[in-house]
Amino acid sequence: MNLTDIVDQTQLRDDVPAFGPGDNVKVHVKVVEGNRERVQVFQGTVIGIRGAGAGKSFKVRKLSFGVGVERTFPMHSPIIEKIEVATKGDVRRAKLYYLRDRVGKSAKVKEKRDL
Amino acid sequence: MTQKAIVGEKVGMTQVWDEDNKIVPVTVVKVTPCRVVQVKTADHDGYAAIQVAIGDKDAKKLSKPKAGHYAKAGVAPGRELVELRFEDVSEFEVGQELTAETFEAGDVVDAVGTSKGKGFTGVMKRHNFAGQRATHGAHLVHRMPGSIGQCATPARVFKGTKMAGRSGGQQVTTQNLTIVKAEAEQEFILVKGSVPGPKGGTVIIRDAVKSRKVQV
Repeated sequence: MNLTDIVDQTQLRDDVPAFGPGDNVKVHVKVVEGNRERVQVFQGTVIGIRGAGAGKSFKVRKLSFGVGVERTFPMHSPIIEKIEVATKGDVRRAKLYYLRDRVGKSAKVKEKRDL
Repeated sequence: MTQKAIVGEKVGMTQVWDEDNKIVPVTVVKVTPCRVVQVKTADHDGYAAIQVAIGDKDAKKLSKPKAGHYAKAGVAPGRELVELRFEDVSEFEVGQELTAETFEAGDVVDAVGTSKGKGFTGVMKRHNFAGQRATHGAHLVHRMPGSIGQCATPARVFKGTKMAGRSGGQQVTTQNLTIVKAEAEQEFILVKGSVPGPKGGTVIIRDAVKSRKVQV
């Protein structure tokens, strides 16, 4: 194994659930306010996953008071307390950037039904 | 002058998290034990340094002079011989091994390597010239250097004028890098930031020459 991968291995989290683009996820983020630390939940649709190893990251998009908000999280960041998968999405591509141009019902991702 | 130095091989870059949950970009430098082949002293050689062998090499593939040199020291042959200059070499002896333990996290170091060869390049890439206008009548001169001198006096181009040519492939030192981790068992050092040279290139890591943070 490459030595960079060995270094990466020490940085990876082992509690990241399997999720993909289109899935609705709840990301529990630790927020430090002064010397207090609390957990904030960012819930939205995963619109893309990029990278590999320690540098892997994913983008989550949600609507907040009618305004689209996107946040990029490093997959293995220690500020993430946990990631929950709320629903699985049924999508055909890896990057869902087309959602940015859509409003209303067409901006929804179809939910995946297990047959 | 340097107190500590070691030779390694650049493996590549990755990132680690620090205690503030911030990303630290790091270069992984593989440091296999460096074996001291020769100790040079000011009295005998005119300057103080040690010569170390790094990596492995098939003893059958050595030239006769190199084989003799290694045999005299009684050291296993290495891929490369590298000289490390020190102020004081009294604590080194032939056959000694230097490991990643030489450094510890927090040390401020300089990294010396040979930069990637770029081949023949123009002045914009080689000397950071600004080039010329994109429009307003500029024709085929967009990346040209412009004037390279005066007229009848001096009637020549001064020596050392920056022009196009071979670039890269030279010794480059990056100063004041911080050691993030030195792992002797797995034989690597993590250096914050980038280190000159291609992956697989030989890198010398030594105490920072200019840092004020260095503890003497």
